[in-house]
Order: sequence, then C-alpha cells, then structure tokens
Amino acid sequence: MAGFLARRFLGFVATLLATAIIVFVALEILPGDPAAVMLGVTATPETIAALRTDLGLDQPAVLRFFLWLKGLATADLGESYAYRVPVAGLIGERLAVTLPLTLMAMGLSTAIGIPIGTYAASKAGKLADRLAMGLAELVLSIPNFWFGILFVLLFAVTLNWLPAGGFPGWEVGFGPAFAALLLPAVALALPQAAIIARLTRSSVLEALAEDWVLTARSKGLSRRATLYRHVLRNALVPVVTILGLQFSYLIAGTILIENVFSLPGLGRLIFQAIGQHDIIVVKDLVVLFAGLVVAVNFAVDLLYGIIDPRLKRERRR
Amino acid sequence: MSETASPLIAVDRLAVSFGDPARPLAAVRQVSFTLAPGGTLGIVGESGSGKSMTARALIGLLPESARVSGTVAFDGRDLLANRERDWEAVRGRQIGMVFQEPMTALNPAHRIGDQIAEGLIHHHLLDRRAARAEALRLIERVGIARGRERIDAYPHELSGGQRQRVMIAMALACKPSLLIADEPTSALDVTIQAQIVELLSELRAEYGLALIVISHDLGVIADLTERTLILYGGRVMEEGGTSALFRAPAHPYTRGLLAARPGRHKAKGEHLDAIPGNVPAIADFPPGCPFFGRCTDGTERCRLQVPPPVAVGDSLARCWFPQGQASGGQA
Ligand SMILES: Nc1ncnc2c1ncn2[C@@H]1O[C@H](COP(=O)(O)OP(=O)(O)O)[C@@H](O)[C@H]1O
Ligand code: SF4
Ligand SMILES: [Mg+2]
Repeated sequence: MAGFLARRFLGFVATLLATAIIVFVALEILPGDPAAVMLGVTATPETIAALRTDLGLDQPAVLRFFLWLKGLATADLGESYAYRVPVAGLIGERLAVTLPLTLMAMGLSTAIGIPIGTYAASKAGKLADRLAMGLAELVLSIPNFWFGILFVLLFAVTLNWLPAGGFPGWEVGFGPAFAALLLPAVALALPQAAIIARLTRSSVLEALAEDWVLTARSKGLSRRATLYRHVLRNALVPVVTILGLQFSYLIAGTILIENVFSLPGLGRLIFQAIGQHDIIVVKDLVVLFAGLVVAVNFAVDLLYGIIDPRLKRERRR
Repeated sequence: MSETASPLIAVDRLAVSFGDPARPLAAVRQVSFTLAPGGTLGIVGESGSGKSMTARALIGLLPESARVSGTVAFDGRDLLANRERDWEAVRGRQIGMVFQEPMTALNPAHRIGDQIAEGLIHHHLLDRRAARAEALRLIERVGIARGRERIDAYPHELSGGQRQRVMIAMALACKPSLLIADEPTSALDVTIQAQIVELLSELRAEYGLALIVISHDLGVIADLTERTLILYGGRVMEEGGTSALFRAPAHPYTRGLLAARPGRHKAKGEHLDAIPGNVPAIADFPPGCPFFGRCTDGTERCRLQVPPPVAVGDSLARCWFPQGQASGGQA
C-alpha cells in the first residue's frame, strides 16, 4: 500500500508538472500582451514597457517559468495582473463556490443515475426501462447550460422558489448559499446522471448474466435481494471509474453554468481572466483544475479496492 | 418403478422449451423419474442433451424465456405450481444445488464465509454469529485447511478444487434433503475430481441426502449413483440401475457413450466425443428418435416415430431396436 501511495504521488506531481509546462507554453505562444490589454488603447509604448517591468514580463520566459513553478510549490500563486491582488485569495474565495457546486452536482448525478440505472436494468425491456432510457437519451441531447436557463425561467422567474442567480456567500448562512447553488448543481448534474444511469443499467445487466447470480438464487435469495446484495456491488466498478472522469466534465461545465447563474466561482473567474489577459490567473487555475481532477481520480481509485477485492490485491503488488 | 411408497421427488413428463410457442424448441421432453429419500440418481448425456435444463427446472431457475410443463412433486407438493415466494423457501433450504464452474459460480466480491453463511441467515435458521460459526465448521468439514483464515478469503484466493468445496458447503449449509450437482467435477483436474467425488459420497451418507448427479463422466456417475438416466435430445434414452446399465447397455446411445469412455487415466477436459457426428441444434432433431442420424441401427421408422420404453433386463430403453431384447427379460 505504501508503494502504491508513493507511486500515485509521483504520478500526481508529474501530471501537474506536465500541465504547468503545457499551459505556460500555450499562453506564451498566444498573441496579446497583458500589459497592453490592461492599459487599453490610449497607452503609450513607454507606459506599457513600464508595466511589463512592473509585472516581471520583461524577464526571459524560462526564468519566468521557474519563478512561477517555485511560487506554485510554495503556494505563492503570484499577483493578478488585472486586480493587483494575490491570486491565491482570488481563487480561495471562488473555490468556496465552485467546489461545493461541483461536489453537489457529482453527488446528485450519482444519487439520481445509479438508482434509475439499476431500476431500468431490473425491468430490462419493459416499459419502465424504455421510459427511463428514453429520458436519459433526451437529457443527454440537451446541453447543461440550457437546463440552467430553463430552470431559471421555471423555478426562479415563474415559481419564484429559488434565486435566479448570484451567490450571497456562505457567511450569510448555509441555507441561502445552498439554495443559490441548488439549481446550477441540478443543471450540471442532469446530463451526467443520464450517463451514469445508462452505464449502471448496462453494467447491472452484464452482472446479472454471471453464474454467481444463479448461485445466489439457488440459496433462496429473491431476485431483489440478489440484485442488491450481489449484483450491484459488482456492477458499480465501471460506474466508479466514470465518476473520476465525470469530475473533469463537471469542472468544465461550471465555466458555462456559473455564467448562466452569475455565480462568483472559478469557472467565471477563468472566463473573465481569459478576457482580460490575466494570464497568471489562467495559468494558476488550469494547474489547480488539473490538481483537483487528479486528486478526485485518486480518491476513486481508493474506492475501487473497497468495492472489488480483486483489484485491491493487484494494487498491493 | 416402485422404489418406495412415497418418493422424495417424483418428476412426471417434465418438458422445457424455448422460442415461439407455436413452434417450440424443446430442450427437455417428457422426462420422468422418481427418487426416494436418500436415493441417488445419475443423469448422463452429451453436452446439449438437456441435463442442466432438467436440473434447473427442479429448483425453478430456468432462463426467463423458458416454458416448463409436467409435474415435479417434492414431498408430495407440485413445485411447478409454485409462486416465486414458494420457490424461495425451497431453494437452498430443501434442495441444494452445486454448479459446474467453481471459478465463476462464486461472487468475486464476497468473502467465502459470508457466502456460505448467507443461506442460513436468509432462511432464518441461525443468527449472524451462529451462521459464521457454522460456516467455519462447514469449511473445515469439506476439507479446506486453515479454515479460520480461509473463512475470510475471497474466491480468487482459492484454487478450483477449494472453490468447489465451498460450493458444496454452501449447498449443504441449510441441510437440504436433496442435492443436485450439475457436473460438479467437470471443470477440475483428475486428482481433484476424485477428491470431490469422495467428499460428495461421504456427505451424502452423513446428511442422509438424496443426490442427483449430472455428468458426462461415467466414472463419476458409477461412483456416486445407484440409478442412472441417459438423456439425449432432451429425452430419456435409457434408465436403470447404474451398474446394470453400464454392464449391459441396451440402447445404442448408451452403448455409444460407453464405447467412447476414455481409459481409466482420463485427462481433464476429455469429452465423450467418440460417438460419430455431433449433437444437432434443438430445431434439427428428427420427429422420432433423437438419436436417429447418428445411430448405426436407425431406420425410417426411427426417424418418424418416437420409440416407446422397452424393458430390457432391469433397464428401460426407448429404442425400436434395443440390444439384448430377444434374450432379455420382460417388463
Ligand atoms: N436460454 C436458452 N434459450 C434457448 N435455448 C436454450 C437456452 N438455454 C439452453 N438452451 C438449449 O437447451 C438445450 C439443453 O441445454 P442444457 O440443458 O444446458 O444441456 P446440457 O446441460 O445437457 O449440456 C441446448 O440445446 C441449449 O442450446
Ligand atoms: S430408435 Fe432407432 S435411431 Fe433411435 S436409437 Fe434405436 S435404433 Fe437408433
Ligand atoms: Mg449442462
């Protein structure tokens, strides 16, 4: 297990390093000078040059890269070009929106997708199954920001149950903050729930055809008991795999959804930072997103061992 | 057949079919037999003869698409009239089942001790703690060494033979009165096969079990059973006392099976493939004797008419031209 953890940690660092190199090089190649953008069209070459020096942009790229890396390693994410405040603070505030939003969406998609997929599998070929899968198909064909807009119209504008957008902050209390995140989380979760439902269904059906299902039934277990005690656990292995993948989709999804709901989250921050050529914020965020995705996938890997003992043993080697 | 006044199980004209009801594909046709409490029966036949479908009909675990008819009287009650809930009380509790493939018949995600104890808990025979203790006793009884460690092992940590021992422990946990073993040794090495046969034989005596053993290995059948049913094309070809049947087979199919029997040192995986030709798909059997087409004695009558059972010696053979009839006894 210790060897496994060490290997995973090295992989983690390597992924972050690769991400850092790619994003740095990409932004280096990209046209547009942050200093020029910040100063606007009226700026003279002299003021632009002064600002470049001020931001450290006049130093050679390789040096800037290593300075940036050194900063990352010591949790010093630099200073935003646009706001002239530490990026760490900027990200911290918005992480308090995006992380709960993503985790809520992940929880929702699992809580909706697994039961529906299991139920559909247990009714395979019957009406309930066809309805559920038809619904999943429909949901999948609709982009999630579209759900966002629909939800705002229905629940916020028409019914006036939930806020249409904006975020009051956690400091006003859990209730209002949670309510502000609910609609966007559902909008984010629905397509993922459809994916999970379909995957769960096919995975359960596959497991139902296994010999040990007949063995369980031969002991007197009902269809239902066999499904819950024997089949589901085996069927969830591929579903857990997709959870890790899903997290990266959800993170990407927040960029649009946070804009639809005017949430001050990371997605909106990166959107704005790109517009403002606030390159340091973009770079830091991309590395942070990569880190989050790798961390979640690691947690998913740990989950495997709990679900399938055969995998746990392979890992110990 | 008047083995006993009240048989444990009496199967009468059991039939299992698939597909379009107007043109059914019959996997099992008109199979009848009885078994006394503590009695033993072998069912022999090539792959695809309908052995497993017969066995699964007896515990109500046929594939969803299967249709079944006839009667299976168990302790005087017709199991085929069972609702699902009634079946659940029978399975594992009154009839235990051991399947062919020990590698795939155990749930890979559950500890073997839990899998053995599950039936005991499910049928409310023991509480969790007592069921675990009983699982340990069973694990040791079926010959798995270091039971205290093994009880928490997962199936992938055991050998094929050990897994089949676990299957047997599981099937016997609730002390059923009938054990059905569907090819219990076919997937195992020769030496392990002998051990499993020995174990089944011991446990049968110890538990006073009635035993139905399905196999295409005639040695296994000879070691474990008093009576035997030869099945082909879903029909009983011949039935009788095992040793008499093997000594003096009357039916051409039985003779073919015996002739195809490999030597004493049979290697794993060797099948009864020496009968010329292959088992046809269900739809391709002739309307009369299923063996027509592969049988060297077949005539037009065999092709068109199902032969009635004929007593030859102590056996019943369903053949128009059974061997030994002229010199044999009467019905
Ligand atoms: N689900 C099914 N649908 C259609 N035919 C089946 C199904 N299961 C088994 N059969 C057919 O029933 C026949 C008997 O099968 P089986 O009882 O498993 O044979 P055995 O155990 O003697 O090898 C075979 O011809 C097989 O093709
Ligand atoms: S009935 Fe005819 S075809 Fe069938 S086994 Fe007898 S002789 Fe052969
Ligand atoms: Mg079979």
